[in-house]
Amino acid sequence: MTRHMDMTHAGDHLPKTSLVAPRPMDLSEKPLLQVRSVSKYYGRRIGCEDVSFDLWPGEVLAIVGESGSGKTTLLDCISTRMTPTSGMVNYRMRDDTMREVFRLSEAEKRFLMRTDWGFVHQNPADGLRMTVSAGANVGERLMAIGEQHYGDIRQTASDWLEQVEIAKDRIDDQPRAFSGGMRQRLQIARNLVTGPRLVFMDEPTGGLDVSVQARLLDLLRSLVAELGLAAIVVTHDLAVARLLSHRMVVMKEGRIIETGLTDRVLDDPQAPYTQLLISSILQV
Amino acid sequence: MTSAPFSSSEAQSGAIADYNFAYLDEQTKRMIRRAILKGIAIPGYQVPFASREMPMPYGWGTGGVQVTASIIGPDDTLKVIDQGADDTTNAVSIRAFFAKMAKVKTTTHTGEASVIQTRHRIPEEQLHEGQVIVFQVPIPEPLRFLEPRETETRKMHAVEDYGLMHVKLYEDIAQKGHIATNYAYPVKVKGRYIMDPSPTPKFDNPKMNQSEALQLYGAGREMRIYAIPPYTDVVSLDFEDYPFEVQTFEEPCALCGGTGVFLDEVILDDQGGRMFVCSDSDYCEDRRAKGHRGALSPDIYESEESLSAQISQEGADA
Repeated sequence: MTRHMDMTHAGDHLPKTSLVAPRPMDLSEKPLLQVRSVSKYYGRRIGCEDVSFDLWPGEVLAIVGESGSGKTTLLDCISTRMTPTSGMVNYRMRDDTMREVFRLSEAEKRFLMRTDWGFVHQNPADGLRMTVSAGANVGERLMAIGEQHYGDIRQTASDWLEQVEIAKDRIDDQPRAFSGGMRQRLQIARNLVTGPRLVFMDEPTGGLDVSVQARLLDLLRSLVAELGLAAIVVTHDLAVARLLSHRMVVMKEGRIIETGLTDRVLDDPQAPYTQLLISSILQV
Repeated sequence: MTSAPFSSSEAQSGAIADYNFAYLDEQTKRMIRRAILKGIAIPGYQVPFASREMPMPYGWGTGGVQVTASIIGPDDTLKVIDQGADDTTNAVSIRAFFAKMAKVKTTTHTGEASVIQTRHRIPEEQLHEGQVIVFQVPIPEPLRFLEPRETETRKMHAVEDYGLMHVKLYEDIAQKGHIATNYAYPVKVKGRYIMDPSPTPKFDNPKMNQSEALQLYGAGREMRIYAIPPYTDVVSLDFEDYPFEVQTFEEPCALCGGTGVFLDEVILDDQGGRMFVCSDSDYCEDRRAKGHRGALSPDIYESEESLSAQISQEGADA
């Protein structure tokens, strides 16, 4: 446990030299999410082991590491898409009570996932309904929580498409007709429409070419800042971590080996593995 | 209750097999009745049941026939309709089946029937207390074309996760300017379960609400039974700014002059000639018997023969 105790210091989440734009900062001492000793084993193989950290409201945390280091397993466990073998995940609900997410009923869990949480998949096809229009994709969450006015739903969807830089006249097109970057932006709009407080992102820029990546990162950065979202971003791309996150954890073989403010970790890596990871970035 | 498949005398004489009353054996009927009772207790909930092979292909009403066979008694009077008509293949065959296997009285008059098995329509004449209407259902799951996984749709029903249903209606409006779903229009039963009313036209949806008759739904291939007890709220889904509407027809029935009823289009020739007639054949006949006449009523041409002669004449002229 001592390894991650230093992560729970109050104030540790304040981005001092981060590139992230100023945002409405929640200075409350109460964490939004607590992850405690989460382990997931696939038979005898380790998915992730004994992972603990806290996340504060409005904070962006990057989980970095190479392929197979357990990043996605960890994200799936925290977001209840998968049940961990052991460990606990607590979340502060909108009524300010801390709830253990695996003790929530199926109905509560689903409600949480479609209102207060978002999940951005690496492959947009996993997070979108490819056979219904962009407008319906964005509107689905609204309809799921009881919105029943077509005009209002459509207006909201249209506003969100604009926010994620998709032309309004594409509202009735299916995502099948969209490019990879557009699909990813649509997926983001679909998740943010209910004003979630926590968004999970699994390699949000994976599979996009660099110029599209840059635009998407710009967009994500400004949205996160504007909306005061907390986010957990899984990425193997350290540049993404640098641009988006306040704090980061480095994973290797299912365990956290280093954590700290993003700029600190990237500029002054302590663990040998982190040093190796950072030095392997190609300098152009 | 006879348990032997053949009575010896008939087997020797080469007569047909001696089946149990209403074809199904008593254990099977009990199993189906339990499913029906559970369905009635939880309005709109799809109860799984061990559907049997019936002497007819899937898609021809195996579910409806099993439900009817389980509830029918010797004193019942059965009416069978297919697309509203009593005289189409499916209706005639199923009626003959029960006339033979249960020796029950059959009728085409809605008012006289105690059990009505139907494919795709609810009769125009209002059903009354004590009647049971049995629907033949091909696909019981309203969410099926939106979510293919049965495990997932069951969960969605369990936790009332029904946003997806409105996505379909949204998509209709976005693509076609209005809710274009015309049949199998989803309904919410007693404020809880979303249900597919089988492929009845949405014209019949309002008849389901607060119906005096018991409504039973049987899906043989999909092995599901569901029910709406009498006097239950059944609400068709819609948007506040796009409220639910039923189909309307521009002209009255060409045979009986009836309005406010569901009409079928009948093609008269290959020159664009057509007529609209009541889909509910019993309702139409009843009205004609009472002296109502439509634009193409046989009486105007004196007899049925002269109508068909007239029609073929028109075709030849054009």
